[in-house]
Amino acid sequence: MSAPETHMSEMLVTKAESRKLSFYYGDFRALKDITMPVHERKVTALIGPSGCGKSTFLRCFNRMHDLYPGNRYEGEIVLQPDNTNLLASGVDPIEVRMRIGMVFQKPNPFPKTVFENVAYGLRVRGEGSRRRLEEKVETALQDAALWNEVKDRLHQPAYNLSGGQQQRLCIARALATDPELLLFDEPTSALDPIATASIEELMHDLKERVTILIVTHNMQQAARVSDFTAYMYLGDLIEFGVTDELFIKPKMKQTEDYITGRFG
Amino acid sequence: MKDFKAQIRKRKRWDAIFALCGLVALMIGVLTFVALFLDMAIDGAGRLSWEFFTNFPSRRPGQAGILSAWVGSTLVMLTTAFFAVPLGVATGVYLEEYAAKNWITDVIEINITNLAGVPSIVYGLLALGLFVYQFGLGQSILTAGLTLALLILPVVIVATREAIRSIPQAIREGSYALGATQWQTVRYHILPYSSAGILTGVIIGMARAIGETAPIITIGALTFIAFLPPAPVQAEPPFLSFDWLMSPFTVMPIQMFNWTSRPEAAFHANAAAAGFVLVIMTLAMNGLAIWLRYRLRRNIKW
Repeated sequence: MSAPETHMSEMLVTKAESRKLSFYYGDFRALKDITMPVHERKVTALIGPSGCGKSTFLRCFNRMHDLYPGNRYEGEIVLQPDNTNLLASGVDPIEVRMRIGMVFQKPNPFPKTVFENVAYGLRVRGEGSRRRLEEKVETALQDAALWNEVKDRLHQPAYNLSGGQQQRLCIARALATDPELLLFDEPTSALDPIATASIEELMHDLKERVTILIVTHNMQQAARVSDFTAYMYLGDLIEFGVTDELFIKPKMKQTEDYITGRFG
Repeated sequence: MKDFKAQIRKRKRWDAIFALCGLVALMIGVLTFVALFLDMAIDGAGRLSWEFFTNFPSRRPGQAGILSAWVGSTLVMLTTAFFAVPLGVATGVYLEEYAAKNWITDVIEINITNLAGVPSIVYGLLALGLFVYQFGLGQSILTAGLTLALLILPVVIVATREAIRSIPQAIREGSYALGATQWQTVRYHILPYSSAGILTGVIIGMARAIGETAPIITIGALTFIAFLPPAPVQAEPPFLSFDWLMSPFTVMPIQMFNWTSRPEAAFHANAAAAGFVLVIMTLAMNGLAIWLRYRLRRNIKW
């Protein structure tokens, strides 16, 4: 067990780092001084009981909270290699979202065609060349392991796809713009076990080229897909570590209680 | 077992009583409308002919037609839509997507809802002071269009807001998460997905406006008019003309009002025939709204 870990830690590069991050919904402090890294080309899972702040934390990374009034960040999320603090007031949330993609809990394809869904991110960036759009859409669909299933119905409405296909379409949509970091907010909680397995397999392939941060309420899933895991509780980061270690030998009693099912 | 049956029968009696009450209530409305409509159709049926649509009003009831009235109504409706749709849709989109959610927005929202309940004669008086005298637009199609646009603006705004509110937040988040700006989200998602609801609201507003009489009389529409406004399309350059906007006019309900106030019974038949046409125009607009809503919603699901 220890051999691959040391091997792993040798080549770790930090993609993003949260530094003393606190987040407020109005007066309510939903996150408390969270400091943890997200390693490049690894899958980092956020686990914890409902209301622990894991989704809130995830949505700080692409400034999703900026869409709603009364939300406030404190601290930093630094994105590498350019050392940009994503939360700095001078950083436009649109720029952040152009670098960091997101896949939501419930598949949310736009009520447009398969093609237009995947092309959307490129279109908002002003890509007008039909040929380049077609190339990018095909690549993204292939990367999302969906190309073979949809190549003959690119111009049909996306809602004709099954739930699992819709979620892979949303992944393709996020991949089409080559994000540096991909956020997954409980991406399989609305899917059946077979669709879930295909998404997990896809995540495993994707981490070759993109850093992944995933929120999951399912501990088995965290254990299956992630390299690192963070356990959160009531807005605090309780423990962060290599997934195998955290699940087999947690350092904190609270983590142990949660993963053994004694709590939560 | 037997107890149950008796008890269920007793409870179900109230089901039957309510169903009967509901049916009676429904029929009072439906039958009243059907009776009125049929009465009007029978009274006016003898007058419905091609000439009725192509003749100007006349002193002789047998030759009088509704040409100037239906052309006037059509042009006024076009003008109304031209002003009410962009203003109303932009207002609705701004209030839902851009405006900060604070007390000022709340006050504006409440006032818009209240405006929908202001009697139409008040809009007529406002228009008389503002458009006719202050702006010097005269007793023209433009004045009437602007007046009715103001009248239906609250309807369009409320319909726009409701259509926008029915779009799931997940769609907006999906768009923003891909780096879209607010305008791109509005342009590619909010407007296309709410267009069915907006159109329905616009047409319902127009169906109300086409029957409005009081504000049009207030601004001074003519009751007897034997000429058409200048044609919008012309043979010589620049081909398009907007002189019709400044032309005097009449509309369907005013023509009806004029005929019903005459003593001769033959004119009353004309009024019934015009009323029949007006109801058909309104029903046709509502039918169009239903069809458009069906067409536009067919491809939108979430």
